[in-house]
Amino acid sequence: MTIPVFEPWNDPEAKPLIQFQNVTKRFGDFTAIDDLTIGIYEKEFFALLGPSGCGKTTMMRMLAGFETPTEGKIFLSGQDMAPVPPNKRATNMMFQSYALFPHLSIWENIAFGLKREGMAKPQISDRVNEMLRLTRLEKFASRKPHQISGGQRQRVALARSLAKKPKLLLLDEPLGALDKKLRQDTQFELMDIQEQTGTTFVIVTHDQEEAMTVASRVAVMDNGRIIQVATPDRIYETPNSVYVADFIGEVNIIDGTATPNGENSYSVAWKDGQAPLNVVSPNSLSDGQSCHLAIRPEKVTINAEKPTGVDNVVAGKILDIAYLGNLSTYHVELPSGAVIKAQSANTRRISRRAFTWEDTVWLSWTATAGVLLAE
Amino acid sequence: MMRRFTLIAVPYLWLLALFLVPFVIVFKISLSDVALARPPYTPHFDWATGIWAFLSELDFENFVFLTQDDLYWKAYLSSLKIAVISTLLTLLVGYPMAYAMARAPSEWRATLMMLVILPFWTSFLIRVYAWMGILSNEGFLNQFLLWTGVISEPLTILNTNTAVYIGIVYTYLPFMILPIYAALERLDESLIEAAEDLGCSRLSAFWLVTIPLSKTGIIAGCFLVFIPVLGEFVIPSLLGGSDTLMIGKVLWEEFFSNRDWPVASAVAVVLLLLLIIPIVLFQRNQQKQQEAEQ
Amino acid sequence: MKRISWFNTVSLTLGFAFLYVPMLILVIYSFNQSKLVTVWAGFSTKWYGELMQNEAFLSAAWVTIKVAVISSSIATVLGTMAAYVLVRGGRFMGRTLFSGMIYAPLVMPEVITGLSLLLLFIGIGLDRGVMTIVLAHTTFSMCYVSVVVSSRLVTFDRSLEEAALDLGCSPSEAFRLVTLPIIAPAVISGWLLAFTLSLDDLVIASFTSGPAATTLPIKIYSAVRLGVSPEINALSTLMIAIVTIGVITASLVNKRQMVRQQREENEAGRN
Repeated sequence: MTIPVFEPWNDPEAKPLIQFQNVTKRFGDFTAIDDLTIGIYEKEFFALLGPSGCGKTTMMRMLAGFETPTEGKIFLSGQDMAPVPPNKRATNMMFQSYALFPHLSIWENIAFGLKREGMAKPQISDRVNEMLRLTRLEKFASRKPHQISGGQRQRVALARSLAKKPKLLLLDEPLGALDKKLRQDTQFELMDIQEQTGTTFVIVTHDQEEAMTVASRVAVMDNGRIIQVATPDRIYETPNSVYVADFIGEVNIIDGTATPNGENSYSVAWKDGQAPLNVVSPNSLSDGQSCHLAIRPEKVTINAEKPTGVDNVVAGKILDIAYLGNLSTYHVELPSGAVIKAQSANTRRISRRAFTWEDTVWLSWTATAGVLLAE
Repeated sequence: MMRRFTLIAVPYLWLLALFLVPFVIVFKISLSDVALARPPYTPHFDWATGIWAFLSELDFENFVFLTQDDLYWKAYLSSLKIAVISTLLTLLVGYPMAYAMARAPSEWRATLMMLVILPFWTSFLIRVYAWMGILSNEGFLNQFLLWTGVISEPLTILNTNTAVYIGIVYTYLPFMILPIYAALERLDESLIEAAEDLGCSRLSAFWLVTIPLSKTGIIAGCFLVFIPVLGEFVIPSLLGGSDTLMIGKVLWEEFFSNRDWPVASAVAVVLLLLLIIPIVLFQRNQQKQQEAEQ
Repeated sequence: MKRISWFNTVSLTLGFAFLYVPMLILVIYSFNQSKLVTVWAGFSTKWYGELMQNEAFLSAAWVTIKVAVISSSIATVLGTMAAYVLVRGGRFMGRTLFSGMIYAPLVMPEVITGLSLLLLFIGIGLDRGVMTIVLAHTTFSMCYVSVVVSSRLVTFDRSLEEAALDLGCSPSEAFRLVTLPIIAPAVISGWLLAFTLSLDDLVIASFTSGPAATTLPIKIYSAVRLGVSPEINALSTLMIAIVTIGVITASLVNKRQMVRQQREENEAGRN
């Protein structure tokens, strides 16, 4: 039995739920969103990831209707959203500050949007109770927002924004105010709730781990532009630029010059006096083009003896060791002065480690371990 | 859009009609001549004769009159003098109180604050009146001083400038204390400890750290006292004597006793001009403070 | 807990004595038997009795309260609108003039405000009476209300309003259902401030009142100019008592609410 793969973005027949068409947003001289075109599909859990000021919040506020594009159009289910005010949109938003009404009880907060809709009382009550069950808040229905904990407030905000069964739920840094442990638990809760309700989620975050954990696709943004949109594994394994490679996780960047020597296969000349590196990369480069080899530390193997039969191997001296408990990261200085990070799992006790500071070690990696990025 | 328009227009028009237009009228009447009529000034605006005929009858005669009559000069100068001296006196009384409040244990502070604010809610007139019974020749102060033997003859305090100073310090003290207290309360006590650690004595730490950091509070408090005192009427009228000249009192008498509206208006215009400088300085100070807080 | 130094103790003691002894003397001598206010001749409440018989004072008090209630209510509505415009209105033509007109009355000498309003009322031929005092008081106290309310609005989390819009409120529903209930304490203190300012005002009322309408401060002023009288002491005592009870009650209620909220928040944190 095969589970059908959820990837509507690869299906040419699928129509996106949300369509940004050449959207630009300026605030005075400042361009927050720069000629942006993208489609988000139904039932997706879509993450907008980027540093603060990259325009991700502006994108979300345009979806909610609090900002209007300066140029371009936004479509929701094929309908142009420009003339629709926030209170008439089939979208709901979960605010970063939660924005729970302090003068209303939890129950009234969740019922707030339903009452505006003019829903009949018994239905409101059913729906609110359903949301309370979904977010495990039944006990707190009659409390006021200041009488519950931060994690509970976060769930009230979620319940309130889901109560109206929006086509699209916008989450603005939804877990930003929670401590790390609670944040990790809540990420899985969010994914469960998204799956159960089948709502399309768009989440804004600056936390790459969070984006990678929850999202079906991640858009990495910088300066009002989307740099790359892909599934988390592809973002991590095959970043399309140094910016993305560097933004997500740790990475070694080696500068060099590429010479093709087979299909998708290159020989990369780098520091003088070192053997050229062998790299297999899907990005096509011309002869003599300068490039960057991005390689993750955990894909670099560290050995005390020179290994044989490997694609790439270099010698170096251990400069620093960052001991993280389960992992250690070794900073290895090559004769040329460059430093390469290698990460390995601490499967043995630390006292039995084969090398330490100042030791000469060998670093090796396969031809497919890294990705070649054009200048 | 309509709603936004209404929201802006209603308070805007109210203020235009009842704040700005009246000033234009005061200005206009200050340029008119006094007349034995109702209302007691000319010219009146008349559509028949046209605006130029009306304007041509306006002149600066009243302002010239203000410069020629000693009374007005002296009144302006003495208002300024009284305002400056009483502001300094209020600062002298208010700063130690604000300082002591800010250094008091935190559980007392709310109560002390309330004690400072409470008189502010009490009628101004009554607070001034309270001093009439204390400062008069047979008042409590004289009785007390005679009883202790400090003096043998009752002192004349009521209806002198001294009484005016006492009244001003008393009624305006909360305005001085509150901004200074706000500035001092924010002051991080470890700054003083740091200054002492770096070799300051108690006194020089106070002088080099506490005072400069409470400067905005001091300036705000001084303006909050100085500006209203300059136009004060009730205190000089009840506690001051016939020789206490203050511009608010002169304006009142010009209007109610002499019924000279044009001169009263001219006095008002000059008072306003006098106030513009401190008001602008005050606003700058407030802005600077706001920027510093951001 | 740190100890308070002797210098601070002395300055607080002297300072508060300076603030409160005059009023205390006033209160004590309102219970004096003698007509001579500076000679104690035994305890009596007869001046309170006479005060209650004094038609002129009672009717002036009635006018004052009427003026204060009406003007502070209108001022609260206008001042709240003005605050909302200042904080949330964005840019519009004449915004600088508008904010100038909001702040100017706060520093304007009362004699000027009074004179200018009087000249306006005469200019448009409005008979002076309760109505003109109400107009005058509304004008200056709306500015105080607007300052109080706008300082609350500045700290108001704007996303609460956006959340209301997001959940289907029209802008006016969002104001009525979310903004107003949350800023209500500031609006109420604005009203109280406007009410007190109106009760208290002598100068502007003197300019803008006519023979038909005399307020209590005008009455007190004309009585006091002739010297100290036990009846005025009694009246002052009543006014001080009302204010004191009001302020203390308000601050106790406020404190209790804050303590309760604090406790509930602590409990919520532990859950």
